[in-house]
Parts: sequence; structure tokens; C-alpha cells
Amino acid sequence: MSDRLSVLKTYKLYVGGKFPRSESGRVYEVTDAKGRWLANAPLASRKDARDAVVAARKAFGGWSGATAYNRGQILYRVAEMLEGRREQFVAEVADAEGHSKAKAAAQVDAAIDRWVWYAGWSDKVAQIAGSSNPVAGPYFNLSAPEPTGVVAVVAPQDSSFLGLVSVLAPVIVTGNTAVVVAAERAPLPALSLAEVLATSDLPGGVVNLLSGRTTELAAPLAAHQDVNALDLTGADAESAKELETAAADNLKRVLRPPVARHRPSDEALRAAPSDAVDWTADPGTDRLLAFLETKTVWHPMGV
Amino acid sequence: MPTTVPAYGKEAAGRLASMADVTASDGALRRFLHGLPGVDAVGLQARAATLGTRSIKTTAKAYAIDLAISMIDLTTLEGADTPGKVRALCAKGVHPDPTDRTAPKVAAICVYPDMVGVAKEALGDSGIHVASVATAFPAGRAALPVKLADTRDAVAAGADEIDMVIDRGAFLSGRYLEVFEEIKAVKEACARPDGSAAHLKVIFETGELQTYDNVRRVSWLSMLAGADFIKTSTGKVAVNATPPVTLLMLEAVRDFRATTGVQVGVKPAGGIRTTKDAIKYLVMVNETLGEEWLTADWFRFGASSLLNDLLMQRQKLSTGRYSGPDYVTVD
Amino acid sequence: MSSAFDYAPAPESRSVVDLAPSYGLFIDGEFTEGTGGGLRKTVSPATEEVLAEYTQGTAEDVDRAVQAARRAFEKWSALPGAERAKFLFRIARIIQERSRELAVLETLDNGKPIREARDADLPLVAAHFFYYAGWADKLGHAGFGPDPRPLGVAGQVIPWNFPLLMLAWKVAPALACGNTVVLKPAETTPLSALFFADICRQAGLPKGVVNIVTGDGSTGASLVAHPGIDKVAFTGSTEVGKAIARTVAGTDKKLTLELGGKAANIVFDDAPIDQAVEGIVNGIFFNQGHVCCAGSRLLVQESIQDELLDALKRRMATLRVGDPLDKNTDIGAINSAEQLARITELAAAGEAEGAERWSPSCELPGSGYWFAPTLFTGVTQAHRIAREEVFGPVLSVLTFRTPEEAVAKANNTPYGLSAGIWTEKGSRMLWMANQLRAGVIWSNTFNKFDPASPFGGYKESGFGREGGRHGLEAYLNV
Repeated sequence: MSDRLSVLKTYKLYVGGKFPRSESGRVYEVTDAKGRWLANAPLASRKDARDAVVAARKAFGGWSGATAYNRGQILYRVAEMLEGRREQFVAEVADAEGHSKAKAAAQVDAAIDRWVWYAGWSDKVAQIAGSSNPVAGPYFNLSAPEPTGVVAVVAPQDSSFLGLVSVLAPVIVTGNTAVVVAAERAPLPALSLAEVLATSDLPGGVVNLLSGRTTELAAPLAAHQDVNALDLTGADAESAKELETAAADNLKRVLRPPVARHRPSDEALRAAPSDAVDWTADPGTDRLLAFLETKTVWHPMGV
Repeated sequence: MPTTVPAYGKEAAGRLASMADVTASDGALRRFLHGLPGVDAVGLQARAATLGTRSIKTTAKAYAIDLAISMIDLTTLEGADTPGKVRALCAKGVHPDPTDRTAPKVAAICVYPDMVGVAKEALGDSGIHVASVATAFPAGRAALPVKLADTRDAVAAGADEIDMVIDRGAFLSGRYLEVFEEIKAVKEACARPDGSAAHLKVIFETGELQTYDNVRRVSWLSMLAGADFIKTSTGKVAVNATPPVTLLMLEAVRDFRATTGVQVGVKPAGGIRTTKDAIKYLVMVNETLGEEWLTADWFRFGASSLLNDLLMQRQKLSTGRYSGPDYVTVD
Repeated sequence: MSSAFDYAPAPESRSVVDLAPSYGLFIDGEFTEGTGGGLRKTVSPATEEVLAEYTQGTAEDVDRAVQAARRAFEKWSALPGAERAKFLFRIARIIQERSRELAVLETLDNGKPIREARDADLPLVAAHFFYYAGWADKLGHAGFGPDPRPLGVAGQVIPWNFPLLMLAWKVAPALACGNTVVLKPAETTPLSALFFADICRQAGLPKGVVNIVTGDGSTGASLVAHPGIDKVAFTGSTEVGKAIARTVAGTDKKLTLELGGKAANIVFDDAPIDQAVEGIVNGIFFNQGHVCCAGSRLLVQESIQDELLDALKRRMATLRVGDPLDKNTDIGAINSAEQLARITELAAAGEAEGAERWSPSCELPGSGYWFAPTLFTGVTQAHRIAREEVFGPVLSVLTFRTPEEAVAKANNTPYGLSAGIWTEKGSRMLWMANQLRAGVIWSNTFNKFDPASPFGGYKESGFGREGGRHGLEAYLNV
């Protein structure tokens, strides 16, 4: 046991590629699974959420306009950078979720592998989601997926890192930009992930991470007129309904909590909906396809 | 918009002179023609097809049939043509329906140059024009002096109208100014000693030019060179007049008049055999150019068998029963 | 128009349509009386003549229909796909056989020109059933897993602009995927859906698979709120679409919405000008402009504005407005007095806000609902007629100087359904198509539809796609 006093990290938000404190100046105490103090995390405000949307919108043109190959390279770079900081994340996940070192390591490894899985999708998703359409006339007709825009993500509450990565990577790999509300009780792995993203060539504003009260942050995002879609994975059933209702004001695309989509009758799951998801399972393409628009282009063929 | 003058009138030359800069050199002409708006083939064909769905019934049909008859260049262009055959055709042109003298006469009889004299004599003072093909019709493959001699010969024999063919080879190889100069020379050869001139129709053989962009370009080129009419086809190749090509040429004469004030006529030829087809063309004229072009002075059909179908339909309208081929004349 | 060559009236005969004086609701395979909602009248918008009476469906009627659909679902969804396919093929064929009758009916009830009902609506209706029939036994190959399942009962609410075509867009994929449906046709155009019920009968479709409940908006609201449905599909206004999205929030009902639009039709200086004019006319005057994807904002490059507007006005002067049953009519009647009032109000706002209004001289019939094809020039992005969906034959003309400006103006709307691009330069076309935030891009064409081609919007124009492989997703549990 060294008698050296360790240097503590001040956790910050990640907005527009920068690491601000909450504009409100508020923080909240984050503890480990046993209730021991870990850090003071920023308690982000509605204004922080607004700033994050502005940053995400600003980043959208460049990110969606980047080549799929480039986006794939950057996501792969995130995996590389995480690999180098694996031990830090194992420790943070173990603290946050009360896992053993081994179990936490398995989560982190799965999360790194998930970045790799989604990185590879960048230049393939259009090939499975698009189509050449044989219309009954002399027209070239092609449908291709495009990113929806700015996606607000309520990250899973129970899986602070693997769950987070599993909802974030599919949103951005196709060219969307994201405003993420991290798991309320366990935001530290998310805030640390921001440090990885910032050093992985990911343009500022593509991912914006907020810590704080989920209900306080999700409500303005759901109602925001410049947000195009809403991922409610980490919302409980009651607030999910309110958020989906608010989202109707500008017809956001809404990905409902897993329970509402798959097991609406299970009362236990209604209380903690994202527990319904086994984040280590094969993620499939559902989340990848949820935040895409299909654009169909017609052009005559003639001489 | 400039005031309108007919292409065959004295004033037209002055109007065309105002466009002299675009025909000053091969390069200038090329730049001008290639600067014309492109043609989207699918859209053009769709528009022609839509106009083809107009339903022309009763009084409108009767009007259209008589108008179509009056616009026919009744044509015989066979190697086997004889004076007898041409005289018979002329007789039919004057009185298309021997049982009904109210049937209008056709616009012109169209023959080879050597038959012009026969036709002229047979038509007398009927008012029906004699049109002669010329310039080594239909291929147009002869030296310019031969083409000009061909033209002068027909005019001297009394032709009122000359249907020349352009040099498609020169056009397709991009020698636009050569085509332009040739049309100008033929136009000059249409002049008569008394200062009048035979009207010049310029045949493009659109089936050989292939693209609609080419048709728009050649239309402008010909009108700039002094064409009085622009005409689709010789009737001697696989693809002759089609509704889209004709529609495009109608748009060209419309735009040419808007630019220069010079009014030019249009003549689809070849393959128009039924009343239904003819009416589709008249609808296109009506809705693209309006009534100013709906006369034999500005629109013609180059046809032979069309006339009998028009006459049978005319009989049906007047009697209420369907006619048959034995009730129209075969010449 | 030429005075010399006047087209004589060429009316399509009404005798092919045999209308009953009144219609019930089509529930569980038979027409039944409603439960107290009373009867409504549907009129011909061209003459204001009452065509027939139909039933105002109540919440109780909706419930009966949903229960019938639920009972039918078990067997219908268990039917081999190939068998469902054959029912749909039968329906497609019967529609082809009866297409003349249906076209005349649609023209009577909707006011659209018979030429369009005959040449656009009906061929597309039959084609849509034919297309989705072929999917019914191939769903495992559609990219949604090896054995995608139907959702259950679909509640479908459709608009009045293409009554039978919108029915086809909804019913064909739903049935192909193994769902059963309760469909609510629009208040002003219930008749073709009721005739479709008879086609289901002729095709031998099992009872309860298709249920038609007529009525006004309250009937539709009852349907989308019914707890027994698993899917809501709606085509109509953005305002109602938002209300429906709120209604289904927090439920497990799958939702697809096809809503309003304010499409830009962008004409560059190198456009094929004659075809562009046709595309502009077709874009805004097709179906009296009652088209969600209508090209209602003409964005013309400033350098060719005068030339293009001259050509457009000349072309508009040849449009034939009048009796929808006349085969030569290009523009028919506005669908309802309410819609006419809305168009009139917005056009007045256009004038009041300083835009210059122009219409060709055309004589409008004395009775019925009519609006002359109208052009507004000098329109800016701030004008109401440039922002709000008019849903009528009213075109707003704006200008741009550069491609970037065209994109910025085109995308400057909460809608995102469609857009048009006119240029002969391929690379510019593809760049523009990439930049425009809209679900359907027509380049050098406009208002083209095909069952194989996905259709649907970005942003407030809705979500989900209809048509093509993509259209299956809305009706599968994926």
C-alpha cells in the first residue's frame, strides 16, 4: 500500500468536442454499487441539453457527408483507443455496476468488440437497407438509406458501458449525431468514454454526453424541435409514454423501450425496462436501421 | 416578342440576318446548337402520349377530318410512277371523295422532279400545289451541283414546293455549317426568274438522326438557313414520323418564332395512315402552337394511304354507318 | 386555346356505375347497419349532387370491426403465404376487370379527371395488389429474418385525394404479411372503399379479413385509439398525424404516417425546358394539386426565370378545367367546400402578403367546387403560401442563384416528403439528390409512382415507407 494520495478526476460533460462543466454549476454524487463515493458528476441542465443539440446539429452536415469508409475508420479507432485504456474501464464498470473484475472485463471487451462490429457496418448498411427498384417504366429507381439527423438517446440505466456503447455506436455509424443521456446512477464510464471519443478523430459534436437526472434531461430533448429522433431504451414505461407524446410535436422517430416493443405484458420489466435486454447477445441490425430514412431517387432513362 | 413574318416572305431574310452571328463560323454554329436546351426523351414521349389520349368526337372530329384532308401532301414516290399514275393521284387530290363534293381538296401532290410537269398540268387551276422532292432524294448522296440542278429542274418544271433532304452524314459528323450552307444554296435554287420562289421543305430523316437533341439542333439549323417548312422523314427508311419527334419540331418552330418572329411550318411524313393518328397530330399542333398553325399553310401531312381512311371516317360521320374500302377510290 | 379546333364534349358514361341509395358498414364479410351514428351524404364535388348515403361508424361499430378482424386474424395469418398471395392476385385481377367502373366511381366521388382516374389511379391500384401478392409467400427472403410474423389487426385511415389508391397502399401489404385490417376511408370519398368490399366478396376473401368502417374523423379517432389493434397506418394531414402519434404513445401499436409536404421543384438553367414545364404542371396540377408530394414550390434559377415563366404560363393556358367525367379534362373539381375554402383563404393570403397572382382565363362551372390553376410569383420563403401546404392547384414561384441556395431553400421547411430537380448535368443532379432532405427525389420527372418504389417522408412528412420491399416492414413484427 503506497501512501501516495491519488489524483482524482473531475468528470465533465462532453459537448461539441469540448469538456464543459454544467452551465448550471451543479454536480451530484455518484457512488459505487455499495454506496461508496466515487465522484461528483455534472448535473446537466436543460440548457446543457439545448447546447448539446446545437452542437449535434452543427456536426451533422460534416459527419453525414463523410464517406462511410471514413466513419468506419473512426469507429474502429474508438475500439483501438479503448483497448489501450481497457484497465481503466474495467475498474470503472466494476465500480459502477458492482461486478467482479472478471465480469466487468467481459463487459468492456464486449463493448470494444461492439465498436468493431458497428465500424464494419458503415459501408455495408446501405447495401442491405437499400434497393434497386424495377419500376414499370423507363426510369432508373434507387432507394438508399440516409441518417435521420440528430438523435437523442436515453442510455440504458443498468448497463452503464456495454449498454451505452450498444445504443450509441449504431446511431452514429450511419451518419447521425447523438445527444446521450448517460445512465443516471452510473454515468462515469460514459463520461470517460467521451475522453476516448475526443482522441479518436471523431469530429466534435457528433457525440454529446450528458450526465444528470434522466427525466430532467430527456423531457427537453423529447420536445426539442431540432431533434429528429429519440431512443427511449433507458426510459421507464411511464416516462417513455410522456416522452413519446412530446416527441409527436415534430414527429420524431421514436425507438420505444425494449419492453414495450417485445414484452408489453411483463410487469416486472415495465419497472426496469432495459433489464429486458441481454447486451452481450448478438445485436443484429435493428438499432442500425432504426434511425435511417429511405430516400428514393427517380431518373428517366432515355437517349 | 418580334412581330410574325412568314418564312417564305421577303422580310424573313432580314430577320434571319439578325441571327448572322450564330452562323458566322462552324464554331459559332456548333456552340449555338449545343447551347439549345436539352431534350429529355422520356418526358417528351410522355407528353406526346398524353396528348394522344385526347378524345376528339362528333363536331370536333368532323372538323379535324376535313382539316387533315386539306393538309395532305398526297404523295407518290415510286420508281414505277408513270404519268397515268400521277394524273390519277391529281384527280383524287382535287376531288378526294367522288360521292361527296363537299370533301375538301388536298394541299399538294408530291412527286419526283420528272413528274412535276405532268402533275402541274393535271392540277391546272385547282389551287393544289405541286410539291417535288429534290436534292437526290431520298439518300441525298450527290454532289452539291447535282442537288442544285435537281432543284432548279423541278422549280423550272413548275414545282410550287421543294422537299429537300439534308446531308445526314455531314450532320452526324458535326459539319453543321456545311449542312447550313447547303440548305441556303438550295433555298436560292428555289428562286424563280420572276422573283418569286418555290417554298422549301427541309427533310431531316429523323429516323437516322436518332436522338431528340439532334432533332432540336437540326430544326434550328434548318430554320436559320431559311427553311419554310421542316419535315421529319422521306418515308423511305424504317422509322419515319413519330408523335414525339413531331412534337419536338413543333416546339422548335414555336421557339424560333418567339426568337426571330419568323413562322415556319411542320410536316410529319411517313407512317401516318389512320384518322386516329392524324387527329393526334392535329391535337399536338393545337395544344403546342395553337390555331395560327392549324392551316395547310403551316402544317402538312406527307401521306398516301391516310387520305382513304380519312374519307371512310368522314363517310361514317355523315351517314352514321361504317364505310368500307370499296367506297373510296384506289389509285 | 384555339377557337377553331374546339374539342366537343367527350363525357365518360356514368352507366357503368350502379350506386345504391345508401351503404352500411362492411364488417365480418357483410354489409351491416351502423349502431346509431346515422347516415351521411357523399356528394359529387363537380355538381354537388348527392351520390349516396353512407353510415357514420361509431366507436361501437369500430369495436365490432376490430373484433371481426381479430377473429379472422388467426386463420388468415396461419394460411400459407402462397394461399394469401392467390387471394391478392384475385383481387388485382378483379380490379383490372372492373377498372372502368371504379375509375368512373372515383371520378364521381372525388372530382378528379377521368383521364387521371383511368390512366393513373386504377392501373396503380391493380399493380399494387399484384406486387404485394407476390411477396406473401416470400417474406422470409425480404431481409427481416427467416420467418417474420404479422402484427395482428391493422387500423388504417386514408385520405380523400386518391381514395382507392391509398386503400391499395394500405390493404395490399397488410394482407400479404398476414394481418387483417379495419379501414376507415375519408369522409368525403367513401364509395370506392365500399365497392372494394364487393371485390373482396367476389374474390372469396375470408370474412373479417377486410373490414370497412366509414365515417368522419371521430370514427378514425375511435379506430386508432382502439386497444385491440396492433398497428396504425395513416395517410393525411400532418396535424392529424401528430394527434395519432400522441394517441399511440406508450402503447405497443406500430405506427406509420404519410403526411403533408411542401415540395420544392428545382429548375436549373440547363434543364430540358419543355419537359421541365411539363413536370412543373404535372407536379402541381395533377389531381388538382391534392397531392401530398405536389411540387408546390417552384424554385427557378434566376437567370432563366422569365423564359421559364413565359413557357409555364403559355402551357397553363392550355389546361382544360371542367367536367371531371369529360375525357379531355385536365383539372377537375376541388374535393370539398372545406378544401376550397382553405385554398381560397391561402391564395388570398398570398395576395395580401404581396405575391403576384396569375391564372389563365378559364370558365369555371357554376355549381360544384372549383379553383382555377394559379401561379404566384415574387414569393419569398416568408410567405404563407411558401410554407403551408395548400393542397390545391396553387404554385408558388421562388428564385435561387446557386445550387447551395437552392438546397438551403428547398430544405427550409418542416416537411420532407419529395423534391424535384431539373438539370441535364448528371453530377449536379446526384449532388442535389444527396443534399435534399426528402424521401422521394424526382429528377427530370415528377409525381411518378410505382408499387416497387418506396414512398414516404422525412421530418414532419411522417415516417415509414409504403411500396417496395421497404413497405413490408410496416406490417411485420420486426
